[in-house]
Amino acid sequence: MPVQEILASAGPQAAHIEALWWVTLAICAVVFAGVLLAVAWALLRAPRGDPATPPDLSSLDKPERGTAFIVIAALALCTAGLIFLTVASYVTDRRLAALGAPEVQIELTAHRWWWEVRYQDAEPARMFTTANEMHIPVGKPVLVTLKADDVIHSFWVPNLAGKKDLIPGRVATLTMQADAPGSYRGQCAEFCGLQHAKMALVVFADPPEQYQAWAAAERKPALPPAGEQAEHGREVFVNGRCAMCHAIQGTSAGARTAPDLTHFASRATLAAGTVPNTVGHLAGWILDPHSIKPGVNMPANPLDPDELHALLAYLGGLR
Amino acid sequence: MNPVLEQTWRDPPGLWGTLCAIDHKTIGKRTIVTAFGFFLAAGILAALMRLQLARPENTLVGPDLYNQLFTTHGTAMMFLFAVPVMQGMAIYLVPLMVGARSVAFPRMNAFAYWVYLFGGLFLFVSLLFDIGPDAGWFSYVPLSGPQYTPGKRADVWAQMITFTELSGLLVAVVVIATVFKLRAPGLTLARLPLFVWAMLVTAFMILFAMPSVMLASTALILDRLVSTHFYNPAEGGDALLWQHLFWFFGHPEVYFIFIPGLAFMSSIIPTFSRRPIYGYPAIVLSLISTAFLSFGLWVHHMFATHIPDLGKSFFTAASMMIAIPTAIQIFCWITTMWKGRFDLRTPMLFVLAFFFILVLGGLTGLMVASVPLDLQLHDTYFVVAHLHYVLLGGAVFPLFGAWYYWFPKFTGRLMSERLGRWQFWLFFVGFNVAFYPMHHLGLQGMPRRVYTYPVDMGWGALNALSTAGAVMIAASVLVFIVNALGSRRGGALAGENPWGAGTLEWATASPPPPYNFERPPVVRARDPLWEPVNEPPAEPTQVVGLAERVREALVTTVVDALPSHRLAFPQPTVWPFISAIAVTVMFIGSIFTPWAIVWGGIPVAIAVTLWFWPKRRETMADLAVEKRP
Amino acid sequence: MKKGSEQIFGYKASRSARACCNRKIALTPLLWLVLVGGCEREQRQFEIPPPQAQFAKPLHAANERNAYALSQGKTLFRWFNCAGCHANGGGGMGPALMDDHWRYGNNPEDIYKTIMDGRPNGMPSFRGKLNEDQAWQLVAYVRSMSGWARKDAAPGRDDSLYPGEPENTRDTRN
Repeated sequence: MPVQEILASAGPQAAHIEALWWVTLAICAVVFAGVLLAVAWALLRAPRGDPATPPDLSSLDKPERGTAFIVIAALALCTAGLIFLTVASYVTDRRLAALGAPEVQIELTAHRWWWEVRYQDAEPARMFTTANEMHIPVGKPVLVTLKADDVIHSFWVPNLAGKKDLIPGRVATLTMQADAPGSYRGQCAEFCGLQHAKMALVVFADPPEQYQAWAAAERKPALPPAGEQAEHGREVFVNGRCAMCHAIQGTSAGARTAPDLTHFASRATLAAGTVPNTVGHLAGWILDPHSIKPGVNMPANPLDPDELHALLAYLGGLR
Repeated sequence: MNPVLEQTWRDPPGLWGTLCAIDHKTIGKRTIVTAFGFFLAAGILAALMRLQLARPENTLVGPDLYNQLFTTHGTAMMFLFAVPVMQGMAIYLVPLMVGARSVAFPRMNAFAYWVYLFGGLFLFVSLLFDIGPDAGWFSYVPLSGPQYTPGKRADVWAQMITFTELSGLLVAVVVIATVFKLRAPGLTLARLPLFVWAMLVTAFMILFAMPSVMLASTALILDRLVSTHFYNPAEGGDALLWQHLFWFFGHPEVYFIFIPGLAFMSSIIPTFSRRPIYGYPAIVLSLISTAFLSFGLWVHHMFATHIPDLGKSFFTAASMMIAIPTAIQIFCWITTMWKGRFDLRTPMLFVLAFFFILVLGGLTGLMVASVPLDLQLHDTYFVVAHLHYVLLGGAVFPLFGAWYYWFPKFTGRLMSERLGRWQFWLFFVGFNVAFYPMHHLGLQGMPRRVYTYPVDMGWGALNALSTAGAVMIAASVLVFIVNALGSRRGGALAGENPWGAGTLEWATASPPPPYNFERPPVVRARDPLWEPVNEPPAEPTQVVGLAERVREALVTTVVDALPSHRLAFPQPTVWPFISAIAVTVMFIGSIFTPWAIVWGGIPVAIAVTLWFWPKRRETMADLAVEKRP
Repeated sequence: MKKGSEQIFGYKASRSARACCNRKIALTPLLWLVLVGGCEREQRQFEIPPPQAQFAKPLHAANERNAYALSQGKTLFRWFNCAGCHANGGGGMGPALMDDHWRYGNNPEDIYKTIMDGRPNGMPSFRGKLNEDQAWQLVAYVRSMSGWARKDAAPGRDDSLYPGEPENTRDTRN
């Protein structure tokens, strides 16, 4: 499945839009060809002239009725085409609004330059938070509530649906559904500052049982550190800079201004979809985020080698 | 050349004359050359952007500089090139086409030019000093608000808007007054050249749309400088208010640029088809209805916000509907060419390019006019492709054609046909190589305003191709500059009417003398120079009796152009220049403190008062030619 | 060369030299000064590269003239919950920061020490929890709360509920 492509729809919303695209493209291609043919015909048919040729003023005396008929006919055809396109657009609008009752509700809050993903539930104890990654069950409608913390962002996963802006002070919603399992990349689509270019997220469409398993794991607090090095890593995290901004459920780190790291190791990417979540990338990111994403709010963290390795070991165990 | 009239109407010589000049041809040429300078500067910024995007994860330009580059590119192209160059063409050509000696309000015209020049320089100098705006040419809040754009960058942007909107509004007033009141006798509205109709319609649009962006940018400056809360949702303001105000101006603005392009088409096609335009009334009505409709489209820039769907649907219908008047004009032009005799010189080549590029851009416009399609295509490279196709195809290509067409009138010499063809093909091919791939990039998911993109998205090849096209465009502009500079001194002498055209600007010398027409013509037909002169006409064909030793022009009525009265015109003066400097200091100071408006207003008031203070010598000279009843 | 240009342009170049348009760029001295000052205000320095951090001279003086640093400082003030004790400058459990009374001195080095080492009577130590850059940004912001930052660089209002005047209008310096 080509990633982040508009014409590779993997869900009903994107499919409706893709259908409208092909219809519109067909009509526009016909019109374009018609205009070019008319111009080419005029070019070929008209005799040549130059500035010395006396101008033909016959049209001032006798009206050109036959010509008027052709022009009006062409105009009528164009108008009919426009009406058709407008109606097709309205039909697609209604189809987009026809997705069924959502089974999963997600509250998405956009920050500069990462996505806070909070899964809603009727029972508050079953809500959980993650970042920069979404899992949804295949074949079930999902309602995404859209909020922004700072500036205007836009949530856009082309394979699944059109985009919607996240505007501070306002709440918007978007419904989508994935009909095929897989991973779908999305990207912020409203200019939001220095790192607008690197504010991506990944949507994983899982078979329902796999989704439930994932959600159940996410609801649990962080796994305890496995081994001495990882325990030292947790100390570094909680007593050092990390806890000033990041939260890990089950520890005393509870800050909300940066992504929640409770199940960090189960995520596929780092830095809002910028690099894969591997040890090497993570080490580079922790030591100097600005080498990957210059201008982010995360500061550089000069750590001793053993502190760094301990931290990596701890974070690597947060599945 | 009438030496007495020449002495009366010309600008003073030398540097002092440069500062005092009020001849509309001088101001028009200056505006065009200045706008072309900004075009080059903004083009260089675009070249830097394309070089950065040629490869994935490129490190030529970092995010901060890139944001300044694309913001300044868009701002300069839209506000400092596209609109002013059209106004410059209008200022130069409209009085000649309507048979007038001057524009109405020539000193205000000069003032508008200086304000424009200073505002434009202010923007680019700011870029050099790292204060270039970096929130996009549309400067959405809250990103451009006080919290998220620290420093003075957004203030520079907002005040530059004030400079250009002041200049634009004043020139619009000049154009409207000239077209309505200074036409030659007999040049009724039904005989007005389509170029003049289009410029008149554009001027009215400017009058109604500019105040909206003035309001928006003023509210932004107030938010940033004195902590008002217009755009602060937490204190009762609204982030969406900015978008409504900006786009209510922003959409008509692209028509300020597009409709003059249509003016060029309607001027070049009849001349190079050797027949009057087909469907004159239809084209006039299309221009007027385009202007009206363009005010009802602005929400199509906001389809991704959560405005209710029913409201958005209205704007889909309106955006589709505006294609109809444009289609009418296109069909009328094709018919004119079909039924005429074809002259395929350089201006006509650019006209033909319009039919390819603008029509393609207009059709992609229909695609993004639909709400569901726009929800996928908005803020991707598809829209970048669309906007460049309509702006370059609809305005810049006809503009180059217009320059080849009217260069003989401006300078007295023809441009080189051979270089013109080279330039055209380089530009046409380069443009399509640069911008067509962007349609596909958008469909492949590449968003706009990104300083780089990942390697594994597969966008590298098309981006590299696009950059190659940009290089071709740069080469074509270079060829144009060589052609223009070389032809100014070495081109074939043009004479009065090298193209055998029918409108009035070709009835005087090339370049026209300062007084335009020794005896303004009396007009009896739509293409006056093509009117057959068989028998001696019963009515007068020229206006006689205007004074030669004072600046005097004939004012006529609005609809039927019947002679009304003679009007005295002002002498060249340096006060517009000085007033512009005072206004510049006031505007730039207001970026730093609100008191600049108060204290800076004092020099402005003094300069403007001295500008309008009547001069005894001038008044006595005008009184001396008054005839008692 | 001349012949070629004749072919292209169709006519011998005339001998009279035409003066190019003579335009004076009217940059008044005031404008120049204002813009040169802009250099410092507008730089976005994201970080001091870590290896040099220990040896770099603190940027505190430049921070007070740098709009980006002051804006980051204001953001950090909010994120690290300084307002929990100091409110938005009016003080509460902790002393007011927007007046002219400084218990431990208001030199940038004093404020830096206050933040990093803590002070008696409840100011915690943030050493190990803040980066050098972040600390110096906070120092500059704290000083701006009573008007010590340059007016054109000081932050304006936030996009939030905000009682009182923003920092670019304050001046309670002693």
